[in-house]
Amino acid sequence: MFGKLSWAAVPLDQPIPMIASGLVVFAIVGIFAFVTLKGWLPYLWRDWITSVDHKRIGVMYVLLAMVMLLRGFTDAIMMRSQQALAYKGPGFLPPEHYDQIFSAHGTLMIFFVGMPFVIGLMNLIVPLQLGARDVAFPTLNSASFWLTATGALLVNISLVVGEFARTGWLPYPPLSEITYSPGVGVDYYLWALQIAGVGSLLSGVNLVTTVLKIHAPGMTYMRMPMFCWTTLASNLLIVAAFPILTATLAMLLLDRYLGFHFFTNAAGGNVMMFMNLIWAWGHPEVYILILPAFGVFSEIVSTFSGKPLFGYRSMVLATMAICILAFMVWLHHFFTMGAGADVNAVFGIATMIIAVPTGVKVFNWIFTMYGGQVVFATPMLWSIGFMVTFVIGGMTGVLLAVPPADFVLHNSLFLVAHFHNVIIGGVVFGGFAGYSYWFPKAFGFRLHEGLGKAAFWCWLVGFYLAFMPLYVLGFMGMTRRMQHYDVPAWHPWLLLAAAGAVVILVGVVFQVAQLAVSIRRRAELRDTTGDPWNGRSLEWSTASPPPPFNFGVLPHIEGGDAYWEIKQRACRQATPDDEPAYQDIEMPRNSPTGVICAFFATFAGFALVWHIWWMVAAAALGAFATFVVFAWRDRAEDVIPAAEVARIDRANRSARASA
Amino acid sequence: MSGSVVGNEHLSDHAARDLASKRIIVGYGFWIFLLSDIVMFSAFFAAYAVLAGETAGGPSGHDLFDLTNVAIETVCLLLSSFTCGVASIGSRAHNAAMYYGGMAATFLFGATFLLLEIHEFVGMLEEGAGPTRSAFLSAFFTLVGCHGLHVTLGLLWLLTMMAQVFAKGFRADILRRVLCFSLFWHTLDIIWVALFTVVYLMGAGG
Amino acid sequence: MARGVARLAPIALAACQPAVLDPQGVVGIAERTILIDSLAIMLAIVVPTICATLGVAWWYRATNPRARHLPDWAYSGQLELIVWAIPVLTIMLLGGVAWVGSHDLDPAKPLATRDKALNVQVVSLDWKWLFIYPDEGVASVNQLVIPVGVPVHFSLTSASVMNAFFIPQLGSMIYTMNGMATQLNLAAGAVGTYRGLSSHYSGDGFSDMHFEVRALPADGFADWIAATRKAGPALNPQSYEALSKPSTAVAPLTYRGVAPDLFTQIVTQVLPPAPGPPSATGADN
Repeated sequence: MFGKLSWAAVPLDQPIPMIASGLVVFAIVGIFAFVTLKGWLPYLWRDWITSVDHKRIGVMYVLLAMVMLLRGFTDAIMMRSQQALAYKGPGFLPPEHYDQIFSAHGTLMIFFVGMPFVIGLMNLIVPLQLGARDVAFPTLNSASFWLTATGALLVNISLVVGEFARTGWLPYPPLSEITYSPGVGVDYYLWALQIAGVGSLLSGVNLVTTVLKIHAPGMTYMRMPMFCWTTLASNLLIVAAFPILTATLAMLLLDRYLGFHFFTNAAGGNVMMFMNLIWAWGHPEVYILILPAFGVFSEIVSTFSGKPLFGYRSMVLATMAICILAFMVWLHHFFTMGAGADVNAVFGIATMIIAVPTGVKVFNWIFTMYGGQVVFATPMLWSIGFMVTFVIGGMTGVLLAVPPADFVLHNSLFLVAHFHNVIIGGVVFGGFAGYSYWFPKAFGFRLHEGLGKAAFWCWLVGFYLAFMPLYVLGFMGMTRRMQHYDVPAWHPWLLLAAAGAVVILVGVVFQVAQLAVSIRRRAELRDTTGDPWNGRSLEWSTASPPPPFNFGVLPHIEGGDAYWEIKQRACRQATPDDEPAYQDIEMPRNSPTGVICAFFATFAGFALVWHIWWMVAAAALGAFATFVVFAWRDRAEDVIPAAEVARIDRANRSARASA
Repeated sequence: MSGSVVGNEHLSDHAARDLASKRIIVGYGFWIFLLSDIVMFSAFFAAYAVLAGETAGGPSGHDLFDLTNVAIETVCLLLSSFTCGVASIGSRAHNAAMYYGGMAATFLFGATFLLLEIHEFVGMLEEGAGPTRSAFLSAFFTLVGCHGLHVTLGLLWLLTMMAQVFAKGFRADILRRVLCFSLFWHTLDIIWVALFTVVYLMGAGG
Repeated sequence: MARGVARLAPIALAACQPAVLDPQGVVGIAERTILIDSLAIMLAIVVPTICATLGVAWWYRATNPRARHLPDWAYSGQLELIVWAIPVLTIMLLGGVAWVGSHDLDPAKPLATRDKALNVQVVSLDWKWLFIYPDEGVASVNQLVIPVGVPVHFSLTSASVMNAFFIPQLGSMIYTMNGMATQLNLAAGAVGTYRGLSSHYSGDGFSDMHFEVRALPADGFADWIAATRKAGPALNPQSYEALSKPSTAVAPLTYRGVAPDLFTQIVTQVLPPAPGPPSATGADN
């Protein structure tokens, strides 16, 4: 009846996962009870869960990323303390737990923190920057989000029911094959990623179409803000790379479930093919994450220097160059496989070439600040912290691209330090920069500056404390993923790294406090003008938070830095524009299609993990029925009457005029 | 594009322009999705190319493939693409007979293709040449089976679209879905041509 | 336990130095040189870039009345040229280093010496290392003994899952994979005890998959071979099968004899891949 599932799957005898999952369940039940008692459930269902508004979906993506960041960060703290304690001893986590924790940490941070964070920011901001009313396919957007959430849910269910993968965040066969990993851990990993991967792919299709096809009048490609360009590049990579991941994981699933021989030791399977395929997705993936962050920094550096972005065309060229080069370097992840000198050298040099457009970007940010009036608000602090940190991470990355250097540093803690250096220093700082920059746009009030700055400094100092020792340990020959060790020289550095993690923890606490304090003091932090930073792109031309239709009338664009131009024009004219002629606006209706599909996907994923075949069939049928019901509806859009549009837009115009 | 009969000419013009742009956006987005589907197939093609020689002492393509069967499959699929085109023209002309006729013929050809493929698979399984026999056969069944799965889903979609037009008529949003369906169906044809060449022609010869 | 700690002490001492920066063999020394050269080339532009970032940001702060304000300055053809040229030139230089280095230090390339290389066949098992000396007809587990100054040619494979063979102080690592053999050439330049380990995660017992490398003078090595031949069990397909079952933290041991072609039989899967864990963990019964 329930396949492989039995009470034995719940690790009642293991205190750490039980306490952790107990707390999670308690928190979920607590929040649910609170929301129900307050009577917010209908509001949440109507205005958030079934919303197809790109801004709401963007906010939910970022929220998902932040919650998962807390989970992934808890894993990080446990790993750092384990390695600090496990000198000549077992520490507090046995290998079968420790191995799950580092696998879950990597999986969560890439797929359920990095991805939703950048996709959330893109969803929230890109249509506003383009002067559009929504993304190309709003209902699909909702489905993408809920499928991503399903993946995150499955990974977290594995904490309570069964186990997670013990193979690392990329399940290299043959370790991940059924022979060597007979448990359900790898299956949880695979189905969570397949479902979330579909979400990412659909979101990529959506945003590519949006950037290429949906613009306000006059918003030509070469007038788009830099963030739109990096969004385009990132989503092109999603569309081209995620199908490879889907195919690769499907092959591993067939191996595990039906006894196929893609990557097995027996019958001609080929593990090297897995490495090639997974990195053909995996390398573009890191650019999928970092390119939007580059876009965020471009917007922020320009805004807080009070200048246009220096070398806009160069930046566009560099972005698209990275987009293409990202597909030509995957082999540098396994120089140590013995592929031969020519192959290694070609891929090493190709990798270094990516440093050229990246270097150009850094120089252009410096020249953007040159001659500006730099304001050190929280978003700008994250940006400067990024520029310094990322340059170091880029340097160690190029060092690893030199094959003979990689021969002694590969898979060591040097490598771990390198990719945390670019992912924390790049993606995470970029996410936080965007979060503090666009928060007032999304919610209508600013975040508390003092606590934001405190969080920044803790993260920055904590990052260097936690990861510089790992570079040293890499030089000492310490490899990654060690549950215990007996080399005395490693121990002090691991203690230092653990101290760094604690400093980051203080930063995280400041961030939670910042959010809480800002919500309580929202009246005094209110952004009445919709343009708190003296911004340059169109998202600042509408109210904070923007109305559902974004713009009362679509703006006409006459140059780059669209909103800056509009503001300059208004200054020159010295009289406010006449009120525009408002028209009825058709907006897509909210729809529960996305969340219902995800509901069935959750059951399908869980049932597949545990081999409960009737439940798989029922869930598939339910998903198909949902699609048909959705397709059968007669009204896809609601009309907002011109009078209502006028009322909302007049409020925004008068607030702006009085500012 | 125009031609809808609404009293006020200005309004009709405006509506027509809006519809056209939506049609382009939907087609554009769906085509990008299809490109990503082609990328997925190319990963399976790559796996097949790597593993084609790994028969592990089992049968090779030369021993297994029946080109006559495959030729009939190919003809079925090509004809179905033609009838799908007919249905698509019929839908745009709001010609119900042409639309239903074309779709029904497409379904028949598609189902015949699928039955022939299942017949081939069952035959191979009976010979002990299933996907668990060798890496080559794993890659073969996955690549060809993935295409077959797409055809199956396509048939399900086809029936849904016939039902939709029956229930709702040739409405603009339904016509956009018919457009997407026909793009999907033609893409399956393109993939089959590659599959036929790489797997069957090159496999049977070698 | 106390004996175990005492045995580990020399390894620990050797590892007090940053192993990769304190190489004891030609390969490691060449790799350190490339590493330091590359780092120096990059630091030459990375350090000025970081200084420029901080300097420009601070000087052009909004509150600095002395800074010249250029609110519309956003393009300069000459600067763009320089901005692209600096990284291009750096990468050309570094690319040359990478190209030459990759060819000189290709792990499969024999070392340029007149000495005849010692052959060692390496098999990674769950979770220990097997070293076969095919020409001497002996084998050892979790301890590698090599003569100083003589090039060693390793052929490597895996009995089950992937691992990587790595002796940080001697240089290059290389993957071990079932059903195929990779090649690696190293040499120890000084007498000593070095730490070797698996540098590719391979499952629950991975952390204990390290081994002791003893580099001995030529006569010391000959003595070790002679002593090994006299004692211990023999390695044949049966004892190999027993050895290949999962076990952790295996104490070093030696085999007085090895069945011929044992390594080839593992690579060609005549001896089938080793089994995984005996039974599933609690959750999957």
